[in-house]
Amino acid sequence: MEWALALAAVLAVVAVVFVARPFLRDPAPASDRLDELAPEARQRLALAEERDRALAALKELEFDHRTGKVSNDDYRAQVGPLRRRAAEALRALERGEGITHERVTAPEERAGR
Amino acid sequence: MADLGRSALLIAFGLIAYALIAGSYAAWKRRRRLALSAQNALIAAFPAVLIAALVLLLALGRRDLTFVYVWQHTSHKLPLGYALSAFWGGQEGSLLLWLLVLTGYAGLAVWLNRRSRELMAWVVPVFALIAGFFAFMLCFVSSPFHMQPAPADGQGMVPSLQNPYMLAHPPLLYLGYVGLAVPFAFAMGALLSGRTDERWIVATRRWTLAAWTFLGVGQLIGAHWAYVEIGWGGYYAWDPVENAALMPWLAATAFLHSVMIQEKRGMLKVWNMVLVALAFNLSLFGTFLTRSGVIDSIHSFAKSPIGGWFLAFLGLMIVFSIVLIYWRLPLLRTKTRLESLVSREATFLYNNLLLVALALTILWGVLYPILSEAVRGETRSVSKPYYDFFLHTFGLPLLLLMGIGPLVAWRRASLRSLGKTFLIPFAAAVMTGVALLALGFGSSWPGLLAYTFAAFVAASIVLEFVRGRRAAGSLTRLVSRNRRRYGGYIVHAAVLLLAIGIAGSSAYQTVRQRVLRPGQSVEAAGYTLTYLGSNGIRGPNYTGFRSAVAVSGHGERFTLHPGMNNYAIEGPATEASIYHDPRSIGDVFTSAQVVNANRGTIDLKVEVKPLINLIWVAGFVFVAGALIAMWPDAVEQKRLAARYAAGAVPAGL
Repeated sequence: MEWALALAAVLAVVAVVFVARPFLRDPAPASDRLDELAPEARQRLALAEERDRALAALKELEFDHRTGKVSNDDYRAQVGPLRRRAAEALRALERGEGITHERVTAPEERAGR
Repeated sequence: MADLGRSALLIAFGLIAYALIAGSYAAWKRRRRLALSAQNALIAAFPAVLIAALVLLLALGRRDLTFVYVWQHTSHKLPLGYALSAFWGGQEGSLLLWLLVLTGYAGLAVWLNRRSRELMAWVVPVFALIAGFFAFMLCFVSSPFHMQPAPADGQGMVPSLQNPYMLAHPPLLYLGYVGLAVPFAFAMGALLSGRTDERWIVATRRWTLAAWTFLGVGQLIGAHWAYVEIGWGGYYAWDPVENAALMPWLAATAFLHSVMIQEKRGMLKVWNMVLVALAFNLSLFGTFLTRSGVIDSIHSFAKSPIGGWFLAFLGLMIVFSIVLIYWRLPLLRTKTRLESLVSREATFLYNNLLLVALALTILWGVLYPILSEAVRGETRSVSKPYYDFFLHTFGLPLLLLMGIGPLVAWRRASLRSLGKTFLIPFAAAVMTGVALLALGFGSSWPGLLAYTFAAFVAASIVLEFVRGRRAAGSLTRLVSRNRRRYGGYIVHAAVLLLAIGIAGSSAYQTVRQRVLRPGQSVEAAGYTLTYLGSNGIRGPNYTGFRSAVAVSGHGERFTLHPGMNNYAIEGPATEASIYHDPRSIGDVFTSAQVVNANRGTIDLKVEVKPLINLIWVAGFVFVAGALIAMWPDAVEQKRLAARYAAGAVPAGL
């Protein structure tokens, strides 16, 4: 049927325009390089995950201690290492504050080209 | 109208193919605009598929028999609701539903995570690879838009599918099956992009939970449909197609537990990838079983030449997953080790092993008859005793672990702490076991063990809430600050109700079957059922009969009306009649077949099933727990947003 084909043609045109939108909106970009995390940013992200894990583990330990699931002896044995781990992750993150944040940089940009 | 449907599908196929090819090239060559363009193509595929779906729904609603699909699955007299439900009643419609849900999910997931470009650049082609297969099948192998000169009437719908539950059961299962594609696409995207941090887990956490919930609820509704509609008195027959939905659900359950260990301890990265791949590939396998006609069961009513294509695609996805995981092993290995075999993470690991073992034994039970026929030409079947054996072997320890896990602390637990926390649940279990033995419930050991373990689990869940409330100050604060944990406990309570319902209704049921003339009676578990007579009935597209059976016992008097419907086109179907007994939370289930119409004799089957209604109650509790676990936590969202802020990543759905 002609109306069906006409509708399909409209759908196809709209789809093509939508797909081509990134090129139509930005025909001559300064850089067409896809963002990626710099190695330092990846390291920083790993540290942030480690920090969050350590803090969550501390919170969990406190809660389990309060509910009686962890005895006083177990609590004392575990809380120290966990605090140290969290502190180490925090310190490492602070030390890395000056480095490139997780901003995405192309390899050539990082190389100063 | 069919031209519009066909064209819309072709446009969708073109868009998806573009998303796959251009998206892969853009991710590989690091082209930003091309990657965005591929992303847009994937998003645009959804409206195109939606138009095709609306065309088919319109044709079904109008009973336009010039559509071969409509002719195969409806008739002029089929009520509108069931005619529309034929959308997922046949093979082509089911494939279209798969593609519709997949493109919808993919478009939404991609759009919500669009700022995480490095990861999304690879997630888009993975989604497109899966969607491309279904679009290809619909365009070139199994189209729902084949036309013919209109015949006088359609072939109708299988009578057992003419049930309100069938309006919800298949779509919910598909929402679950297809939903597992989201964590799979993100996991594979993470492997391809090398972003093996927790970003993909954060982005898909709720998607996985939602898919798992849909699968769980879909199965329960399917079980209820089987119970009220099929007329054999059961709710789960270990049918291969029922198993097809259970296997990915078990794998996803294992993943939901083990992913917590990765989030809390940074462990099990490889295992989690394996579980995500297993869950998705099992959901594909489930669709293959249902739609390829490889298994002859009541669900596999549609057969067409898609089996070979499906098998090839399933093989491709399995190889794709294994190769990617193997390639990225160096990135997935972690230094963290299990500190103790007595810890929360260790119980999660045991739970994982049991869940996967159960899923794989069920898989073997499904595969064995197929392989036996394919390789040796012998028709073999794997029946209930096989599945029951493994359900008892793996299911009972799983039930017990559900109670042990919450009582054990993370990292490691001393024997003294364990003794203290286990005391009350252990006492509850022992008292329950002894009381049940004394009351004569020792006739079924699995049933007795299930109830004893259930008492342990129930006590541990109650204790968790009581102690937690005491520590947090109020129940609301406790739950709102730990939604995943306490939502999870409510889901555990639902599983507990399910286990009690299954054990009660199977281990302690009473079954009687007898041919009766009007005025004759049969006794079952304290009830007396007297057959009074039968009457003919007429529905919109069927005729039939209903018997009148007067029931008395346990201080109750009521009448049941089991019978049969004879559908004009589709044939006969049993109609059960059920009384819900609030006293035992159980049912008196009856079904009847005419033995001699002239004498008015019927073959009456009576099943008294204690506690069976707990199974359906479990469904509501399950949904409540899942919703609590899924509900967004503003504090956590903020923390995660801050973690990924510089990567400009929102916390996902």
